Amino acid sequence: MSDNQEDLSFTRQYQALVIGVSAGGFNALCYLLPLFPEKFPLAIIVLQHRGESLNHNLNNDDDFLISHLQRLCAMKVEEAKQRDTIKAGRIYIAPAKYHLLVEQEHIFSLSLEPPVNYSIPSIDVLFNSASRCYKNQLIGLILTGANHDGSLGLKTIHDNGGLTLVQSPDTAEVATMPQAAISKHKVNHVLALNDIAKFLQELILRGKSKW
Amino acid sequence: MTLVPKSKTVNNKAKQQASKEDLVDFEISLLLEAILFRYDYDFSHYSRASLTRRIYNCLEKADLPSIADMISKIIYDSDFFELFLKEMSVTVTEMFRDPLVFKTLRNQVVEQLKTYSRINIWHAGCATGEEVYSLAIMLKEENLLSRCQIYATDFNNQSLAIAEQGIYKADKISGYTRNYILAGGTASFSDYYQANHGHVKMHTDLKQHITFAHHNLIKDQCFAQMHLIICRNVLIYFDKKLQNQVLGLFKNSLFHRGYLVLGDKESLEFSDQLGNFTIVAKNQRIYQKACYE
Repeated sequence: MSDNQEDLSFTRQYQALVIGVSAGGFNALCYLLPLFPEKFPLAIIVLQHRGESLNHNLNNDDDFLISHLQRLCAMKVEEAKQRDTIKAGRIYIAPAKYHLLVEQEHIFSLSLEPPVNYSIPSIDVLFNSASRCYKNQLIGLILTGANHDGSLGLKTIHDNGGLTLVQSPDTAEVATMPQAAISKHKVNHVLALNDIAKFLQELILRGKSKW
Repeated sequence: MTLVPKSKTVNNKAKQQASKEDLVDFEISLLLEAILFRYDYDFSHYSRASLTRRIYNCLEKADLPSIADMISKIIYDSDFFELFLKEMSVTVTEMFRDPLVFKTLRNQVVEQLKTYSRINIWHAGCATGEEVYSLAIMLKEENLLSRCQIYATDFNNQSLAIAEQGIYKADKISGYTRNYILAGGTASFSDYYQANHGHVKMHTDLKQHITFAHHNLIKDQCFAQMHLIICRNVLIYFDKKLQNQVLGLFKNSLFHRGYLVLGDKESLEFSDQLGNFTIVAKNQRIYQKACYE
C-alpha cells in the first residue's frame, strides 16, 4: 500500500472494530480485549466460533465467555442482542448458534440461515454486513483459528475502503485462519498479538476520534 | 429548493454518486414492492441484512446477473417465486433444538394441559417440521398426543411438504438423539423413526394429530383458539412493528392461561404484549396468557 493511502487510514474516524476468531480464541481475547480503555471510542464486535461442547445446548457458553471477559476488561462487555443499537465503548460478543449481522441503522440482527464455511455464526456473514453499514469507517481483524472463515469478509471490508488487520500467523495459537486471510487480499497490517492494541490506540489518537 | 423533500435531494445527489450499496438497496426495495404487488407477500418489515444475503444466494442459484433481472422473473414466473420463497425462509433447525425448552414444557406446562379434554396447539413457522415431531414425541410420552390437535403452519409450501413427509437425513440422528435425552425423553429416540437408505422416516402415528397448513403470519388471521402456541426463531427476522403485530395475533389466538413459547433470542420484554402475559420460564421464553377473571 502507498504512503498516501496509509495517511488516509490514519486520519479517518472509525466507528467499529469487528474481530473474527476461532480455535485458540479464548486466550487471544483474554489477552487483547483487556488492553482497551473503558472509553474506547469504537464499538468492538467479537465473533468467536464455538465448538460442539456438551453444554452446547444448555446455553451456558455465552454467559461464561461474557462474564469471564467482563471480569478482565475495562470496557463493558455484553452479548450482541437482536435489534440492540451498537454503541461506541462497548464490546459485543456474538451469541452461539445464530448468524450475527449488522443492519444499516447500526443495530444487530440474528439469523438462522445455513452455516457458512461450516460455521454458524460465520465471520464472513458478520464482516460483510458490517462493511455494508460502516463502509470505510470499519476496521476488520482476524485472529487465531483453524479454518478459512473471515477471509472473504475481510476482503470485502478492504474493498469498501475499511482497514484490515490480521494477527501475524507466527504469534497465533493456530495459524490457518490468519494465513487464509493474508492469502485472500493484501491486508493493511499484519501485527503480532501484543502489538494490536497499541497500534489501534495510536491509530485512533491520530484520527482524533473523540475519547 | 425548500419545496423539494429532503429525500428527493438526497436521491438527486445519489444519482451523481450512487454507491454500489445504494443501488443494491434501491433494487431490493423495488423487488420487495414487486413481490407485494404480484403475490401479496410483504417483506418490507424484515431485517434487511439477512434478507439481502438471501436475495444474493437466490441470485447465484438462479444464475441471474442482477437483482434488477430478478424483478422481471419474479413478476412473470410464479414457479420461480416459489423457489425465491424457499430461499427466503430456509432455516437451520433440528429435533429438540434447545432441549431445555422441551424439558421445561414437559415439567411445567404439560400438567396444566392435562386438565383439558381437547388440546389445540399451533406451531407457527414450523419450517421443515423437526420441532413439530419433537413436540409430538414429547406429548406422546406424556400420554397427551391422542387429545391434541397440532396445527403446523408455514408460509413456505415447499418446507411444509418436507415437514409433512417427515423424512430426514440419517446423519443428523446422533445429534437429535443427544438432544432427545437432554430434553428428558423417557423412551428411546429410535422408537420414533424407521431408518432406510441414509434417511429416517418419522412414524406415521406421530402425524395423525398434526395438520400441516399454509399460513402467513403477516397477513393471515386467527383460525382457532389455542392452548399452546410455539413460534421459535421467526420473530428474529421482523422489525418491532411486525413483531408486535404477530404477538398480538398470538395473544388473540390463545385461550386465557394459554401458553406461548418463543425462540431463545426472542422475548416479550420490549413488546406491547408484555402486560398480557406472565413469565413461566424466563430463559426458555415460555409465557402464559394472563387471566383477568
